[in-house]
Amino acid sequence: MVYVTRKIEFSAAHRYHNPAFSDEENRRIFGKCNNANGHGHNYVLEVTVGGETDPATGMVLDLKELKEILEREIMNRMDHRFLNYEVPELANQIPTCENIAALIWKLLMPKIKKGRLTRVRLWESSDLYVDCYGDGAA
Amino acid sequence: MRLELTRRYALAASHRLHSPHLDDAENERIYGKCNNPYGHGHNYVVEVTVTGEIDTATGMIAHLGDLDSYVAREIIEPFDHMYLNKDVEAFRDRVPTTENFCMEIFERLKRFPGARLVRIRLEETGRNSFEYAGQRNGDEHD
Repeated sequence: MVYVTRKIEFSAAHRYHNPAFSDEENRRIFGKCNNANGHGHNYVLEVTVGGETDPATGMVLDLKELKEILEREIMNRMDHRFLNYEVPELANQIPTCENIAALIWKLLMPKIKKGRLTRVRLWESSDLYVDCYGDGAA
Repeated sequence: MRLELTRRYALAASHRLHSPHLDDAENERIYGKCNNPYGHGHNYVVEVTVTGEIDTATGMIAHLGDLDSYVAREIIEPFDHMYLNKDVEAFRDRVPTTENFCMEIFERLKRFPGARLVRIRLEETGRNSFEYAGQRNGDEHD
């Protein structure tokens, strides 16, 4: 098994706010992230696909194809967007790094036909990231 | 959905690698520059990885504020800007290699109540890093 990782970067805004909580609770729980007008990050996404190499090409999958999938599924949806308002799957969730990484996994899983999606690593900043392994083991 | 959250923290500390079980010549041969009697220091980076279910009310595995304050109390305050050999009880009789330091950090964080600790990755410099995920025989969360 060989693992291939492709990295992309997108910039997006979000806000942490749970309508079930009072304004005061929201501020207490989410702190600065509750700012009404949102704030943003430069997210760095690392997508890892594992598999055997195709003897004809020496590749697990065509990286150009992976690049196009990431462009279509992630960049077009999330880059320079306000995640709460512009990504419908996140409309009823708090768009934390955990929930965004899980969504990215769900979006990419059915699109990767060669090799197997092994890990989605989403960096929110240089001191915080989330790894998603789907339902598989680490 | 299996998710792991990793947070990175920086701390600066000094240490000296010197084993009481070895004579001076052997210490110098084995540890080289790291055996300098006055010690030397590093900018360590601690990566703390936790796992658990996402709380749907907050969207989080672990509340970052809780994790940050726990790490501040258990790790940053006792270790940051300290001489590990003298200022930290745990290293009075144990060589403060980054292996031992990494394991010590794991032991201090494994009872974090907000999520399950998976592993500690400790960077001594940008070139050297160490990882510890507890004992594999199931007693890591005793």
